[in-house]
Amino acid sequence: MNPSADTLALASTEFDLTKVADGQQVTLKWRGKPLFVRNRTPAEIQKAVADDGAAMKDPQKDADRVKPGKAQWLVLIGSCTHLGCVPTFGGGDYGGWFCPCHGSHYDTSGRIRKGPAPLNLAVPEYEFLSDTKVKIG
Amino acid sequence: MSGHSTYQPKTGIERWLDARLPIVRLGYDSFVDYPTPRNLNYWWTFGGILSLCLASQLITGIILVMHYTPSADHAFASVEHIMRDVNYGWLIRYMHANGASMFFIAVYVHMLRGLYYGSYKAPREVLWILGCVIYLLMMATAFMGYVLPWGQMSFHGAVVITNLFGALPIVGPSITTWLWGGFAVDNATLNRFFSLHYLLPFMIAGVVILHIWALHVVGQNNPTGVEPKSKADTLPFTPYATVKDGFAMSVFLILFATFVFYLPNALGHADNYVEANPLVTPAHIVPEWYFLPFYAILRAVPDKLMGVLAMFGAIACLFALPWLDTSKVRSMRYRPTAKLYFIIFVVACCILGLCGAKLPDDPVLGHFKTFTLGDADLNSFVWLSRFASLYYFAFFLVILPVLGLVEKTLPVPDSIASPALSHPAAAPEQATAAPEMKG
Ligand code: FES
Repeated sequence: MNPSADTLALASTEFDLTKVADGQQVTLKWRGKPLFVRNRTPAEIQKAVADDGAAMKDPQKDADRVKPGKAQWLVLIGSCTHLGCVPTFGGGDYGGWFCPCHGSHYDTSGRIRKGPAPLNLAVPEYEFLSDTKVKIG
Repeated sequence: MSGHSTYQPKTGIERWLDARLPIVRLGYDSFVDYPTPRNLNYWWTFGGILSLCLASQLITGIILVMHYTPSADHAFASVEHIMRDVNYGWLIRYMHANGASMFFIAVYVHMLRGLYYGSYKAPREVLWILGCVIYLLMMATAFMGYVLPWGQMSFHGAVVITNLFGALPIVGPSITTWLWGGFAVDNATLNRFFSLHYLLPFMIAGVVILHIWALHVVGQNNPTGVEPKSKADTLPFTPYATVKDGFAMSVFLILFATFVFYLPNALGHADNYVEANPLVTPAHIVPEWYFLPFYAILRAVPDKLMGVLAMFGAIACLFALPWLDTSKVRSMRYRPTAKLYFIIFVVACCILGLCGAKLPDDPVLGHFKTFTLGDADLNSFVWLSRFASLYYFAFFLVILPVLGLVEKTLPVPDSIASPALSHPAAAPEQATAAPEMKG
């Protein structure tokens, strides 16, 4: 009952970043799961960097969650690390995401700050093909 | 099965068949001549009601499959097709969907009856455990069935439940992938759930046969918890139990019909009439009502793995129950203290059900805050569910084991037929008049 070959083949996808307006996010479907591509405002980046030292369940620096020089773009797998619901954009106490299922709060770097989820929103494998194009997977 | 068969084949054909396959004899011994304790009350009719529920679910389910399409692209539309275009499709689907709820109502009553009258105690341990297996299969079946309409609640319910298994160390992620058949809940998941949803009810039917077999080996328990000793203690199954079961089924069907015809969606969620969208989770996601107590236990624990273990532990307690309860007295009718704890247990389960339906951080009383204890305000459903979960486990793991050793029980009658005569201490007129009303 493990995944069939054609399911496994749905591995990678390309995405045009110009579709995402400043401060907004686009959700696309990747391997059956939602994928968040967020165009962060400077204020949001600043907030995330400022919190690097705060007490966290799954400590990680903001810089480690984005590609060097591309801090504006945050690419995340949009499924809550608790039980897999889709967190809502911009909600919660930290302005990142809020998961409606059991109340997990994520910050503007997608790090878990409050609630039952054990881990930060996962960063998938991706690379920049050009300034406006990414390949995910 | 117990004692001698009194079946007398009357016609030639019956004699011919009886010598080759004594199936009529089996039926006669099990459902006609079978001795039942004479003091069974209406709580004992739920076994029959449950068989009726299973039969109804099987028949309606098989018809639904004739019109349903198990594919992520067509499942939702095919359910709407059943509701709008198929002849009496709405009736069949509402019977099936509400039938699941009815099934759980009946099974919970049946289980609580067993708990109250000590029906799990020796020699009925295997009978009880088979019942727990049926309950477990029912939960799996109900969950997978709920996924099939492929609405928003179906989809995200499936996401949450399959992710529960992911919390287990080492094997967790592989189990989840295996359930999904891919990277996420998708078409492959729907198809395997469909296949299993069709299979499991037949497994339930098989275990039900074992359950009834075990029942007929050890005999039925009864409200006094005293084994029948003589012919005076029992009555033949037909007509006494058949008529009583038949009456109870009719009353139960009235309740069933009320839901099907007047409140068909009362137990469901409006969000499930929205087609599944993997990119948006409904704001308020809760399981079906019959899972709410376990869902509340899951959320009561702040840690993911511990929450999952607590939830499964709550079910494991049921399996271990025959060995957790140390009391020599079977029926709680003669255990006044245990009866009290039992009532609190039922209340705790209802509270858990309520907590499961609410948002964890919502206040229980009014809109005020008290003080924050740990991660949440004390006046919140999450704390209420913590207290109730604690009681749930304490009931099985502390109260029943300890109480059995220290409790002062009331005198137990010598036999079912003569409870009053042998024990002047037990109030005579109450004991004889009680069987129909008590419990
Ligand atoms: S799934 Fe997000 S908090 Fe539980």
